[in-house]
Amino acid sequence: MSARDAILAEIRKNRPAGEHPLPAVPRFTPLVGDDLVAEFGERLKRMGGRIAEPGADDVFAGVRERLDGAKVVASAVPELAGNRDLEAVARPRDVDDVDVAVVRAVFGIAETGSVLFTEGQLIVNAVAYLAQHLVVLLDPADILPNVQAAYLRPEFGQAAYAVLHTGPSATADIEGVLIHGAQGVRSLTVVLQPRANA
Amino acid sequence: MSEELHPREREGVVNPAVRAPDDASERGQDGRRLDHAEGTSKPIQAPAQREPQPRGAKIRGDRPIDQGEAAERFLAAPLHAAAHDERLWDLRRKRDTAAHGIPEWEELRELASQIKQHTLANLDTYLEQFEAAAKANGVHVHWAKDGADHNRIVLGILRDHGARTLVKSKSMLTEECGFRHFMEGEGVEIIETDLGERIQQLDNEEPSHVVVPAAHKTRFDVAEVFARTLGTDPDNDDAHYLAESQRETTRPYILNADAGLTGCNFAVAETGTVVTCTNEGNADLSGNVPKLQIHSIGIEKLIPRVEHLGVFLRILARSALGSPITQYTSHFRGPRAGTEMHYVLVDNGRAARLGMEEFWTSLKCIRCGACMNTCPVYRRSGGLSYGATYAGPIGLIIDPTFNKRKYSTLPFSSTMNGSCTNVCPVKINIHEQIFAWRKVLAEEHQIPMLKQGMMKAAGAVLSRPAAYRAAIGAADSALKVLPRFAVYNPLNTWGKKREMPDAPRQSFHAWYRENRMKDGAK
Amino acid sequence: MRIGLFVPCYVDAFEPEVGIATLELLERFGLEVEYPYDQTCCGQPMTNTGCHQEAAATEALFVRNFSGFDYVVAPSGSCVHQVREHLTAIPQTDEVRKVRASTYELVEFLHDVLKVEALPWARFPHKVAYHANCNALRGIGHARPSELNLPYFSKPLNLLQKVEGVELVNLARPDECCGFGGTFSVFEPAVSAKMGYDKVADQKRAGAEYVVSADSSCLMHQKGCAERLGLPLKYIHIAQVLNGAAA
Repeated sequence: MSARDAILAEIRKNRPAGEHPLPAVPRFTPLVGDDLVAEFGERLKRMGGRIAEPGADDVFAGVRERLDGAKVVASAVPELAGNRDLEAVARPRDVDDVDVAVVRAVFGIAETGSVLFTEGQLIVNAVAYLAQHLVVLLDPADILPNVQAAYLRPEFGQAAYAVLHTGPSATADIEGVLIHGAQGVRSLTVVLQPRANA
Repeated sequence: MSEELHPREREGVVNPAVRAPDDASERGQDGRRLDHAEGTSKPIQAPAQREPQPRGAKIRGDRPIDQGEAAERFLAAPLHAAAHDERLWDLRRKRDTAAHGIPEWEELRELASQIKQHTLANLDTYLEQFEAAAKANGVHVHWAKDGADHNRIVLGILRDHGARTLVKSKSMLTEECGFRHFMEGEGVEIIETDLGERIQQLDNEEPSHVVVPAAHKTRFDVAEVFARTLGTDPDNDDAHYLAESQRETTRPYILNADAGLTGCNFAVAETGTVVTCTNEGNADLSGNVPKLQIHSIGIEKLIPRVEHLGVFLRILARSALGSPITQYTSHFRGPRAGTEMHYVLVDNGRAARLGMEEFWTSLKCIRCGACMNTCPVYRRSGGLSYGATYAGPIGLIIDPTFNKRKYSTLPFSSTMNGSCTNVCPVKINIHEQIFAWRKVLAEEHQIPMLKQGMMKAAGAVLSRPAAYRAAIGAADSALKVLPRFAVYNPLNTWGKKREMPDAPRQSFHAWYRENRMKDGAK
Repeated sequence: MRIGLFVPCYVDAFEPEVGIATLELLERFGLEVEYPYDQTCCGQPMTNTGCHQEAAATEALFVRNFSGFDYVVAPSGSCVHQVREHLTAIPQTDEVRKVRASTYELVEFLHDVLKVEALPWARFPHKVAYHANCNALRGIGHARPSELNLPYFSKPLNLLQKVEGVELVNLARPDECCGFGGTFSVFEPAVSAKMGYDKVADQKRAGAEYVVSADSSCLMHQKGCAERLGLPLKYIHIAQVLNGAAA
């Protein structure tokens, strides 16, 4: 018998007694207030992320210093050109030298301060981790109230890869001292900028 | 010996030896102190004195683990013990704050429990659904009956691709399988990419905690390990320096690895998705950089639908860390263009456990570690004292399913205070299962003969009123008879660390006869 | 109403005044309290060690002693928890089930059955740290444990607040186990004692003069730890405080 069949047979033999119906999950009232943008920003900051307001004539005013100080900028958004074409990257490891990556989030979650990306936004998935810093464009209209609402979205059943980022890479494995940039990005900054054709 | 008690230095600190410098790098954009990920709610640092790290339980084949002996050595290193206790208690407190901040918290626990029980009761169906969905998504699916099977399958996949190096994120399942040691023997280089797990790998130790693998180490220990293995400055014990050193030395491995492997927090049957939760983003690096990605999945990780992630994701990080979510929640569903993706579904005793009437609900566990953080015994023993893959309360009820003799002592390393059950986000009745395990082990004679003999003797006295009254007539003989104090060598064991109770003038029985029984009967 | 008094073995042997206070306190409420003289133990030492067969005769004796009562009252959350949840080594006859269901811990009996409103004889002008015995707290529901997001209540504190002069102080870790744990205190003496030391240090830092609990076993362990550390803390059972002990 194959391992598969042996495992399934043993599971069937050992099925726990009693009824174990699948419960219906109620829609819980969001923990956040009506101002989803403010709630999102507050939660994101608590998770180590940053919020940058777009300037009057420069979407990236809040992160301009970081962009100007960067040698390699990989942009996956039309709002910024960058100098590394992600579409032309042959291997994920080739984005290791990226200083700042700029991507757009599919949506945000106010309850946690999270943003969602799929392979569609990232182009090269690894750039969201190998880059030193991540700048995220998020349309304020795309902020969902809570995690429960997020998991009703279709992306999770469609994308090959979908990931919620909540602030930057972090660790506190040594004596609980919080450090950003454990293995992935050292900072994550969200710029609240409506989609170009929204 | 007298423990010196300082005035309270900080609200809520029980161990005054743990002091509190501040660290400006832990502040957020608005200047407030941050405590997300495994970060502490207030600075906790072991005092700047070096103390050799206490090591874990002595492993002698199948012989029963002496957890108490290892715990005593852990406590004999007071700086480690105090820092460990404060650190994990802080996680418990952060967890309380998070749990009390959600009105539907107890309802979420109940839902999570029911969803898990439903899935386990129909696990065959959900596994088949998961497998079919995964195959449709272009994922290769393998089934492993046990740890050795898992290791052989992964080795086969690696050999097919000529892969010699593998980066991996944290996975308790691979610890169960002895994966790293096996692969080293096969000439495959394995690099752990979680900081805590990497520290443990470099120190050739098992993880001591399912969420914070190096929680038992101080920064001095880490500095020593890194100096020895990574060539860092042995005198620099700054956590930032140490973490950065690890990042810099691990990055090349990530970039050059032939394969990446992750564990799995949740496997969604309807979509064939593997979900991982990390703070470092290392599962995403393992899954997104190498050309070959492998996900090792315990078969109990299944949940029916994506919608249910909306329940589990809300309780996992809050229970584990007191954070609303981990930094990264990653959903791997299909391979990237030009790469290969494999799932290995691993049983390793789970299907058998499903048939254990009193213990099958331990399969609901989502490995949050909350029971460990709240456990007063675990906090004062260190995770390595259990000598098993799973330490703390959940370990006490899972470990004996892997090896009844070796782990026969573990269910006794508990006061059965029940806090673990109350913090469990999937409502496993952990302390009741500890109690039930003791019964099973006694019935199968897996507890020491002497212990069982003493209980038989105690039962004989306690079921004979006259013999009992004679025995407690004097406190000295009561100490010998009452099994609470009497097993083995009562006077030494109790009196070594505590003062003896005063001997009363007379027992309650004697008082009652003298004062309330008019005829002085019997 | 027939009340049977159960005085657990270690109270019988080491803390007889707790048994006396329990008896006197119940009598203050005009209750006829009987003490079955042939009682010994609830069987907990054996069952907690996994040795259920070895507990069977003791359990049977317990049931024989207490089967005639409307209520069985004991000054121990731990023993009552054993009777209610774990007295299962003998066949579960109607008689056994009735005894198990009728067994109450003193605090819950006063609070839930007698619904005590006032304790006019009781005065205890001291700073008091309350120690929640784990079986009383989480096993039989004395109070809302800190882990659960449920409405707050505490039966023992409710009663203590009716005692004139009691000033309750707050522990940093209010629900943390003190490390007694029955035979655990003997089998794992190092961890048990360390938990006890941390517990009494917490009580000291909170400014307590007295530590009050509904379980003598925890108190005995803590008292031994406090004395070893040289801490001037005093330990007293809640039955004694409610009965008007002058301390």
